[in-house]
Amino acid sequence: MTEKRLRILIAKPGLDGHDRGAKVIARALRDAGMEVIYTGLRQTPEMIAEAALQEDVNAVGLSILSGAHMALVPRVLELLSKQGQGNVPVLIGGIIPDEDISQLEKLGVKGIFGPGTNTHHVVESVRQAVEAADVAQD
Amino acid sequence: MESVKQILKGDRLALARLLTKVENEEPSGFEALSALYPHTGGAHRIGITGAPGTGKSSLVNRLALHLRSSGWSEQAKAKSLKIAIVAVDPSSPFTGGAFLGDRIRMRDIFGDPGIFIRSMATRGALGGLARATADMVDVLDAAGFEAIFIETVGAGQAEVDVARMAHTVVVVGAPGLGDDVQAIKAGILEIADILVVNKADLPGAENTLRSLRLVLELASPPDRQPPSEIEETKGEEAAAANWSPPVLPTVATSGDGVAERIQSIHDHYQHLQQSGGLAARERARVRSEMEGLLRESLMEGFLEQQSEGSFESAVESVLNKKKAPRQAVRELVEGKQK
Repeated sequence: MTEKRLRILIAKPGLDGHDRGAKVIARALRDAGMEVIYTGLRQTPEMIAEAALQEDVNAVGLSILSGAHMALVPRVLELLSKQGQGNVPVLIGGIIPDEDISQLEKLGVKGIFGPGTNTHHVVESVRQAVEAADVAQD
Repeated sequence: MESVKQILKGDRLALARLLTKVENEEPSGFEALSALYPHTGGAHRIGITGAPGTGKSSLVNRLALHLRSSGWSEQAKAKSLKIAIVAVDPSSPFTGGAFLGDRIRMRDIFGDPGIFIRSMATRGALGGLARATADMVDVLDAAGFEAIFIETVGAGQAEVDVARMAHTVVVVGAPGLGDDVQAIKAGILEIADILVVNKADLPGAENTLRSLRLVLELASPPDRQPPSEIEETKGEEAAAANWSPPVLPTVATSGDGVAERIQSIHDHYQHLQQSGGLAARERARVRSEMEGLLRESLMEGFLEQQSEGSFESAVESVLNKKKAPRQAVRELVEGKQK
């Protein structure tokens, strides 16, 4: 029997073209034994939600450096919940001003990671968020 | 079963969730697959394989895009096909993790509700696909997808499992990946029903096309089935063998040659249907899948019956050079403990 593996979607919504951070995180998650589905640059919230559905992922990680997070993140959350995946944890990496963090957390974002975050911390947070979602589901 | 009904009605989330269960080899997933199985058989299964970096994902992106807009042929244009894509990438042999990046090249087609893309990791399987790929393709077939692309990992010379799973195998090459000696070696070229030289706008494409054509002319297309199965299906397969694989250029980034490739994939399927080769391939596919499953379940059953550690001690005896592997296994099966 194959053991169950976590499947994580890493996506870059919005228009900025820097995906180094997303790739570093994708690599760290892969090295932690997870299956990472990477969608590439310039994704719309609709594309991200659709990929999350087709791939039936355990969590979604969004990398946003453009400053458009207050527009993009709520839209992704809304689409996920509309399609029956409201329980899938969403985590964000990028440059997020302090005043936006609490608001995003209130919306249901399960982790926000700024520049320089230790990748082990990110891996652990993803794992915990997925576990918490599984418990809530049961 | 609730999920089965939902899937047959076209519920995509239920489909995605069942695919996960089947991939994880959960008993409830297999139960649902059994219920869905009578609904399979409507899909044209198209294997896409070739060396890493030849442009398999980009080509699938183009082929799917074209199929959605124009269908298989001019006549059938009005009907837009439902398309599924199963894209396999390798798992790390050390951590078991994987980076599944085929979607990056398929951005033109996501968002199209008529296309369902699923990425999967090999999870330790060799041969270019994962253990669960066949089951997942069956689920997609039952769910009503009419064309299913099965994209293998970047394959070298031995990853030929896709030949047993697909009706039509497209082998994708690119200029500059080795001379005609590579092409003469057995393996991946032999399973091609259609050979595509992608990136045909690069220098050297003409040479690659020419040398592949030459090699294919030298060899009459070999029988794709393992020897044990040739006997009973000889007649039908002989008819199918009249197909000689075309060698054709494309440029997936611009779309050049894509319409013509769709045409050749369609031609091949029609050829299989008319020659009886399709039935022969289906038989070979089901047979080899069942042989694999039988092997697996016999082994599991056998190991369960063994006294604790007997297999491990047989492994030890081989490591100590006391026995050859074949001898150790025979003694295990015959019940002789060292």
